[in-house]
Formats: sequence, C-alpha cells, structure tokens
Amino acid sequence: MAEQYSWPARGKTSIIGKSHSRLDGPEKAAGTAKYTYDINFDKQLIVRALGCPHGHARIKSIDTAAAAKVPGVDYIHAFKKAGDEIEWSGELIVAVAAISGGAAAEGVSKIKVQYEVLDSFTAEDDLEAAIKAGRTKRGGGKSLTAREPGDDDDEDEFVDAEIERLLKAAKFTVDAYFGIDSITHCCLEPHGTTVKWEGDRLVAYLSTQNVSGTDDQFARGLNITADDVDVHCQYIGGGFGSKFAVDYWGLAAAEISKATGRPVKFLLSRDQEFKLGGNRPSGYLKVRLGADENGVVQVWDSHHWGTSGYTGGGVSHSVVPYVLTPPNYRRKATSIKCNTARARAWRAPNHPQACAITQTAFDELAKVMGADSYDVFKANLPSASNGKADLYAAEMEIGAKLIDWKANWHLHGKGPKKGSVVEGLGMALHTWGGTANTSSAIVRVYPDGSVEAFCGTQDLGTGTRTVCAMVLAETFGLPVEDIKINIGSSKMPFSGASGGSTTVGAVSESHRRAGQDALAEIFKLAGKKLDADADDLEAIGGRIRVKGKPKRSISWKQACGGLGLKPLEVTSSYKRGDESPLSSSGVGGVQMAHVAVDTETGIVKMKKFVAVQDMGLIINRKLAESQINGAVIMGIAYSLFEQRLIDPKTGAFLNAEMRDYKLPRLGDVGDIVVSLYEPESERKRGVIGLGEPPVISPGAAISNAICNATGVRVRVLPATPKRVLDALKKARA
Amino acid sequence: MEKTPGKTGFSRRAFLKGSSAAAAATALATAPDVAEAHQVGTAVLAGPTVIVLTVNGKDHKVNVEPRTTLLEVLRYQLDLTGAKPVSGDGSSGASTVLVDGKPMMASTLLAVAVRGKKIETVEGRGGEKTPDAVQKAFVQYDAQQCGFCTPGFVVATRAFLDKNPKATEADIRGGLNGNICRCGTYANVIQAAIAVAKGGGNG
Ligand code: FES
Repeated sequence: MAEQYSWPARGKTSIIGKSHSRLDGPEKAAGTAKYTYDINFDKQLIVRALGCPHGHARIKSIDTAAAAKVPGVDYIHAFKKAGDEIEWSGELIVAVAAISGGAAAEGVSKIKVQYEVLDSFTAEDDLEAAIKAGRTKRGGGKSLTAREPGDDDDEDEFVDAEIERLLKAAKFTVDAYFGIDSITHCCLEPHGTTVKWEGDRLVAYLSTQNVSGTDDQFARGLNITADDVDVHCQYIGGGFGSKFAVDYWGLAAAEISKATGRPVKFLLSRDQEFKLGGNRPSGYLKVRLGADENGVVQVWDSHHWGTSGYTGGGVSHSVVPYVLTPPNYRRKATSIKCNTARARAWRAPNHPQACAITQTAFDELAKVMGADSYDVFKANLPSASNGKADLYAAEMEIGAKLIDWKANWHLHGKGPKKGSVVEGLGMALHTWGGTANTSSAIVRVYPDGSVEAFCGTQDLGTGTRTVCAMVLAETFGLPVEDIKINIGSSKMPFSGASGGSTTVGAVSESHRRAGQDALAEIFKLAGKKLDADADDLEAIGGRIRVKGKPKRSISWKQACGGLGLKPLEVTSSYKRGDESPLSSSGVGGVQMAHVAVDTETGIVKMKKFVAVQDMGLIINRKLAESQINGAVIMGIAYSLFEQRLIDPKTGAFLNAEMRDYKLPRLGDVGDIVVSLYEPESERKRGVIGLGEPPVISPGAAISNAICNATGVRVRVLPATPKRVLDALKKARA
Repeated sequence: MEKTPGKTGFSRRAFLKGSSAAAAATALATAPDVAEAHQVGTAVLAGPTVIVLTVNGKDHKVNVEPRTTLLEVLRYQLDLTGAKPVSGDGSSGASTVLVDGKPMMASTLLAVAVRGKKIETVEGRGGEKTPDAVQKAFVQYDAQQCGFCTPGFVVATRAFLDKNPKATEADIRGGLNGNICRCGTYANVIQAAIAVAKGGGNG
C-alpha cells in the first residue's frame, strides 16, 4: 500500500495536465465503435411500441388481434390494460416484437386502443390557471433577514414588514418576471437495450450512464440476482442525466426475450425519446429586489413556479437567488402538476434554470441604474454563497479581456445600430460541487511489463478511457498508449454512475490509487535489482531509477520481469465523500456572451462566447476544453432554440421530431473561447468534475446580452425570433 | 431474363472497371441470380425480394421488402453500423452516406431505390488504423464526444470538402449545417474541417 496518495507537482508531470487525443477517437471516427443500438444478435427480434397520444386519458379497450397476424410479428407485450389511467402523452401502451423494424411498425399500426379522453393540464407557466385547476403544490421556501424578530413578533409578519421596509429604503429596485421553458435531453442514441439470455443469465447491452448500478435494477425487476446479469456499455450516444435507469422498456425487452427465446432489441423511437427519454423542469419567477447606491443587492423577494411533470416538482428553491445571495431574502417555490412526463436529471439539475431566472435580475438592476453590468456583478460578489468572491473576480477579469468588455460595452439599448442590427454583452456566473464518485479499479502489471486496468465505469463522451490511461501512464512513467483500459461492464469493479460531474474525479481516484499501490510493489522488486531502498525510486520515461541518480536505473520491463510468472494484481478504491489529497469539490466559473440582434427579424446571432472555468487539477486539457465547448453549445441551444411544445388543449407533445425540436447547428454557435483557470490555489485541491458547471451560465449571459443590445428584456427563454419581436413590439407600445 | 444493362443505364462493365474489389466482385457478379438481382427495372415490387447493393466497392446480395430502408440494410444485414438511426426524416444527418458521391440520408432512402448506385459509408472511408484525412482531423481536434453523430459528420464533412476543397471558415460555418450534434462538438468540427481544407482537402 502506498502510504500517501498524491499528484506530481506542477511542472513535474509528463502526461497529466497536457493534451491527449481521446483513445477511442479513431473507432468513433471510423464508425466502428459499437453502441447499444449497433449490437445485433443472431435471430434477434426488434421491438416497436405504441404510445398514448393524449395528455390524460383512460384506456377503454386494447385490441391487438390484427397486429398479431402481421407477418413477421412474433410477440406482443402489453404495458397497460383496459381501465388504466394515462397521465402524459407518449406513455407506452403495447410493444410489438418482430423479425424486422418494418414488421414491428406495421404491427403497431394495427393495434386499436380506445381511450376516454380526460381533462389535461399543461400550462406550466400559468400560475393562476394552475391554482384555479387545483394543480399546485407547495414547493418549499426560506426567508432570512439580517435583523432578528423580537420575542413578541409573529415571524411571518416580521419578515413581511422587514422586506417592505428594505425595498422602500433601497436606492434602486427591480420588479420583474423571468422564465425558462421545459426542454428535453434529446440524446441522439435513444434509451434502450439489446438483450439475450444465456440460460438463466441475462446479457444486456444498455445505453446507460450507470453500468455498475443497472445489473441490480434488471435483477430486481426480473426477480433474479445481480450475479446473473451482465450489463455492457462500451459506448453511449448521449445521456446528460437521463440514463441512470433500466426503465420499464428495458425490463420489457428482457421479458420478451425470455418469452420468445430470442435476443431482443428495444430502443425508443425518436418521438418516444422526446416524450419519455427525459426532460428538464421549467422555471418562472417573479421578483422584487432592492439595492443600495453601489448596486449591492440588500433585499430579494421572489416566488417561482414550474413543473417536473405529473408529480409536481420544479426548480428547487434552495438555489434561488443563484450564487449571489443578499443579506435579506424571501424565496418561495410552487410546483405545478402537469400532464407531462416526469422530469429527469438534466446536466447540473436546478442550476441552469436558477441562474437564468435570477442572474437576469442582477443585469436588470444594472439597466435600472444606468450602470455597467460588469460592475454590478462585481459589487455583489461578496455575497457569493460559496465564498468564492475572489475566484469569481479573477475569472471575471480574464473573461472581460477575452471578450474585450471595455471596448464593446455600452449602456443597455444605447449601442450603435448597424442597419437593423444591434449588439450587446452579458455575463453570468455559476457554481457546482463535482465531487468524485465511489470507484474501484483493478490494475494488472504483467511480467512482460504490459499494464491493464479494469473499472466498471462508462464514457459519456467525457473521455473516461483516456483519463484512466493518462493517470496510470503518469504513475508508471509509461506512454499512454501502453496502458490497456477496460471499462463498460458490470462485471468489472464497481464505479459509480456518471452524473453530477463525478466521473473524472472517480476514475482518477481509483486509478491513481491502484497505480501507486502497484508501483510500490514494483519498486520493491526493482529495489532488489538496483540495490536501493524502494522509497528512493521513481518511475520516469519507461525506467525505474534511483532518485537523484538517473544513471542507476533499470527498464520498466526489467523491473516487471522480477514478478516471475504471475502478474501483479492490485485493487484499490475510493469512497465518495472521503477526504482525499487527489480530489475535492466546489468550483466557480464565469461566462460572457456577445450577441447581435436583428430587430427586424428577431434573430439573435452568437458572435462570441467566453467561458472561464476552474476545475481543480486538470488531467487532460483537450478533453476539458471539449467539455466546456459542448456545455456552452448546449447552453446556446436552451437559450435561443429548444423548447418543449405541448398542446394546451390535448396535452399532446407537438414537436417530438428532430426537424421540429429546434437545436443549433454548426453555423449557429459563433466563436467560443475557453479559458481553463488553474492557479496553484485551485490545482492543489486535486481533481474536480467539469461536466456540469459550464452548462449553467449561458441562459443568463445570453439573455443579458440580448437585453444589453436591444434595451428590452425577452422575459422567457429560449429567446426565439418571435419572442424577441414580441418583446420589442411591447416596448415600443 | 436479359443480362444487359438495365433501364437506368447501369453498366456492369463500368462497374467492374471502377470496382476496387474486382476479383471478389467478378465472382459474385457472374452468378446468374446476382446478375438478375442487379436488374434495375420498373417492375413494382411486393413482398421480400433479393437485390444487390454496391456498398464500399463491393456487391452484396441483400433481402429487402419495398419498405426496407438503406439504413436498415446497412445496419442489419451488412453489419455497417456507422450510419446511425436518429431521425426518420433525415433531419439530424446521422445516417449520412454517399450515393454516387453525393451525401444522402440512408434513413430516407429505400433500399430498392439505390440499386445500381455506388454507396459509400463511413466504414469505406478508412478504418481505425487507416483513417482518411477527415477522420484523422476529427480525432486530432476532438470533434467528437459521445461520438454518435460523428460518422454522419465525417461523411458530410468529406462530401462538403470534396465539393469545396478550398473552403474557408465562413464557408464551413455556412455550409456544413445538415448534421446535429447534441454533445456540442461544433466548435471542434469547424477546427477539424478548416485543418483538412488547409491541407488541400486531403489534410
Ligand atoms: S458527439 Fe454526441 S451527439 Fe455529437
């Protein structure tokens, strides 16, 4: 056992902190990487399913007789029966398994379901209508005042009076409304699985962010033991928080396979992926805030609402207002029960919405004051709830330089107009935990010097394999290509689900630990050959050498030869939450947007977007930059393009196809400038996850930039051309 | 049944000349049933039938129904799973393949409609060990995260640069918009495409 795990100091690494192309890049580019959808078994059946078209209905009858007669149809699996109530559009009713997708689809088209259509409620942004319809639930809240109530005061009355007093005393006030619509995950590879039974064992290729946790889910659903389930996922086509579960269609695939004795492929169709595969809660907020003469917010009073689907829920009150938290506040959340599918975790749950509906209010304050938004954000940094005021200040300075804030800034709506086009700047800042997840890894060193590792983790696109290999290569002083990494099977050592920016931390922990533990053993062998103390050795450039005496060395291979015939095998683990010198949690991050708005067409064009991000110690710069680029683009998507459209009358999902659900394309994203912020004060904290933080700020930054350009706030995101034009029209009236 | 070119002007001789896998193709193409299956006539098809598709320079005998898409044939009969099923209407570009050199969506093409045409999939561009210039650039500039959109993007980029070998950054931003990436690799794809264009279209 290595006594103390650690990272090499800055300047002392040969691999960590550098850029390395992803190891599985060639397979992905060649089209040979096999995703769940790409796994085909001999004699497999393909499943297509029928979904409910209504937002709320009761099933009167289901008739599958004609479907069963379609040539090629082998099996019909009912999810629902007559009398069942359906509470959102898209819910699966019946699945048809057939020898081809075409036959299965034909079977589905022959199913007759009669519904009693019930009243549905989907007006997630309309609080009054929701109250009238009896669809609201308390969503929690909290208030805090700098002054304490007296012993005889009624607490609610005191807070009420205090908030009104502070608002009255404020030099500047804002009274405004902000919102952000529900969006979907829209993974390009839909949810689903390809399964087969080998006797009593289930072999499941599953599109999952949770390889180590889904064998148990299959087992519980099928009443077998997890030992009898192998879950595999070598590649996954997107997850973003929506793929932690086997889901009822995954269990159905296993059941159909058991019943028919044939392998089964069941992946959702595109419209089902939109309807069922996951969505992010909406958030709409009314706020009054008061600030002093310097723009420092002293009092915040807000009420927000939205939906997570038919069980209620919405954006948590705990992140309102977002990061910048005045000394006096009252926040209240109401959740609305809608006939829409239950929300799933979407990259940085709660944060993007909270940022978009509250940091817009700080920008609005700058507008009211006739001040520079940068100065207003800066003035409020001391109230940062995570105590990172200095970090934000440093990141703001870097961002301002990169976007040339000083040269491009003008007061809201006061910039020059080129034809019908105006430009503007906006900013926002964010925070995230990103603690390392629990993870174990086996490292094997063979007598010929080759190295192999096994870990039940997965690669969402983060570059997990590459991170594992880099950590081991650095530890052993070997080239990255010499390390063979095995991931993506539930039979490998447990590694936690990839969610909440926990994976790079997790696998860095387990692989560094296993690597250092293994190296200690190799040093013992090498020490004998070099006649040196194992503690005096180091592994660099493919050699084991005596520290300070580089000439006294043997090659890595020679050292491993000392193993004899048996490979060295080491298993090491990290448990989430344990104090560790290798990882920690808590990051900041500042983003700035430069947009151009055409006031005639309402089209917003991204000119430039700057993302400054800390993440503790950086393992692979190239992959880190990609993560940030990708997060920013997802942010541009929800700021300007995508929204879930539900018909208010029927509850039907209206835009569940790629052509109708608008996403940005390559020409829509402008210039993205990424700055990785890794001063020693951050680096020494070890690895911190990066997947979530950079996706949080774009909403507020872009909304603020549009407002700065036009002088008019587009109240609800996405800022579609219609919304921009409507806002401009309203302002003119 | 005649064994001469069909009505669309498909010429077996031209095919043999142009084929990189001439030996294998010759053996296959001389079998009478295959030659028959090669016929591209105006007959209305119903039910399952055997046709020959020319994919990545090789002839393949495949079983199709009128409703079978090219994408289904590639993925379920030829084990070419690079082209992905993302949108039935082709609006994501994930199933992009080249048909007679033009980028098309395999998800929106019926298999029977592409008989006699040269189909090239991402797998035909080069393997993991022998990537073409675009594939190399995609790896080098990390124009891939989950990678599900990547094969479609690789083929589309190749086709775009074949047509616009001197493409500028503005051309790329304006012209390479048929593909969707949910992970957000666009900034990296732009870099990769610029690098290939700067290398004269061949990297
Ligand atoms: S890399 Fe995941 S969709 Fe493009």
